Amino acid sequence: MVSFLLRRFLSSFPVLLAVLVLSFLLVRIAPGSPFASERALDPTTKSLLEKKYGLSGSLPSQVLHYTGNVIQGDLGDSLKFRGRSVTEIIAQSLPRSLLLGSISFCLALGLGIPLGAWAAARNGKTTDTVLNALALLTLSIPGFVLIPLSVLLFSFYFHLFPPAGWGSWNQLLLPSLCLAIPFIGSCARLTRSGLLQTLRSDYIRTARSKGVAESKLVLLHALRPAILPLVAYAGPLAANILTGSLVVEEGFAIPGIGQFFVNGVMNRDVFLVSGTVLVYCLLLLFFNLVTDWLTAVLDPRIRLSS
Amino acid sequence: MRNRNSIVGLTLFALIVLAAVFGPMISPHSVGELSIHRLAAPSMQNWLGTDLHGRDLLTRILYGARISLLVGFVGATISLVVGVTYGLIAGYFGGRLDNAMMRGVDILYALPRIVLVIVLISLFDLKLKHALDDTLLAPLANHARLLLLFVGLGLVEWLTLARIVRAQVLSIKERPYVLSSRLIGQRTPTILFRQILPQILPIIMTYLTLALPAVILEESFLSFLGLGVQAPLASWGTLLADGAALLNPISTPWWLIVFPALTLTSTLLLLNLLGDQLKLDKDSR
Repeated sequence: MVSFLLRRFLSSFPVLLAVLVLSFLLVRIAPGSPFASERALDPTTKSLLEKKYGLSGSLPSQVLHYTGNVIQGDLGDSLKFRGRSVTEIIAQSLPRSLLLGSISFCLALGLGIPLGAWAAARNGKTTDTVLNALALLTLSIPGFVLIPLSVLLFSFYFHLFPPAGWGSWNQLLLPSLCLAIPFIGSCARLTRSGLLQTLRSDYIRTARSKGVAESKLVLLHALRPAILPLVAYAGPLAANILTGSLVVEEGFAIPGIGQFFVNGVMNRDVFLVSGTVLVYCLLLLFFNLVTDWLTAVLDPRIRLSS
Repeated sequence: MRNRNSIVGLTLFALIVLAAVFGPMISPHSVGELSIHRLAAPSMQNWLGTDLHGRDLLTRILYGARISLLVGFVGATISLVVGVTYGLIAGYFGGRLDNAMMRGVDILYALPRIVLVIVLISLFDLKLKHALDDTLLAPLANHARLLLLFVGLGLVEWLTLARIVRAQVLSIKERPYVLSSRLIGQRTPTILFRQILPQILPIIMTYLTLALPAVILEESFLSFLGLGVQAPLASWGTLLADGAALLNPISTPWWLIVFPALTLTSTLLLLNLLGDQLKLDKDSR
């Protein structure tokens, strides 16, 4: 098991390197300079600045210089947020995004699984139909549509929650709900279809004929194999929440890593962009690894091989 | 019964497309028309109210529909062409090539694609514009960002389709009629596109109804961030972003948020329902 995880991690190393080089090159080739501002910069200052940040010389040499630094653990300094290193920015902003993301992740699963199980238990009845319709509705509402709507309703009309910002628990609720709601529907649908399939299997019929109560049947016997597809979905779900938090951070003015990434792209802040893209890739690879591992743990039929 | 649902869905979607095409022509307001009625609430003159510059919101939503649907259609089509070709080749030739190609798909799956698209679009906008300026395609130069959106979003969505098509081709290529085509010496492209492709067409069409809302959603996502369609063009995403920018505790023009949100959500809901229904129809056959 450990060797499998280790091998998978090491095999993704070249991909990470490729993404790093690619994002660095893209930002460097793009028109516009990170040092540009309203005032024209005189050439001497500009070349000195470029020299200072290791952005002088030919492109290949810049790439080599940068990747060398990254491998040694130095992500460089931000060009726009002067005096702050990219590592420092990520260390400050990433925990916020992770907190927001994990709350949304738990909300999506914690609300989606019970709702899906309920729908499956009431298969074919009105409850099932209503829940299905609701699931499809949440699937179709993008998170960024919910942001202005919820601020309008809950902050400015009912005055229940602050409209933006970061720091207290009541500033967390609206953003994490906006981030989670689009995925509650997909979790519920997966749980429902998984459960329905399991409930039709032989061992459930046997248990039912032995007189096991229906609620016990669903919760104790059927749920574990039924949520396997959901575990496979956990990786993509985490990835979707990660990208979804780009707009949520923007909409609620949360200083998370997404805001710094978008800012970096706008400002041609090359080290900030490459650094944040690297973090995103690492997180995604990590989620996929955990998903593979969990699937294998929950389903003994799957054996991990190379 | 099920067929009826699909027909109702298709008709409703056709109505949206018709409104996007002909709506702006019928509307008494032109899209850039400014007026002194700034931020006017919905009334008989302006059914959905006006925006910060006194422009009619309904007209803007109708024009926005053109952009949103156009990006959706073109993006989905690009993902379709790339995904189908990729899947056909990988599935048909199999072996090492298949292994390598599918490993590539796995790698791309594990990357934050939308993040890379953001980098691509916002950085290459100007570059493409200048490159187009000097060529025959100069009229397109002003829409450089739109072109990048087409390509970028098309490139995000093709992975799933490539996997589906490959899996289908793997089983179809062993069928007797394909083997006999090979035996009588038909050329590989003929076999691929005349013999195998028609068999997987229903799956591709179903996928298209799912890719369309996905691309529309991604375009609005980017536009909401200010990284998608640029003024003076507007899509549903930029309209919503414009409304959100005017949020304030004293008097928010709610219509600028509610109506774009409703338009976007109901269109996505309709397309998702339609996709679901087509999948059901196919499964029940």
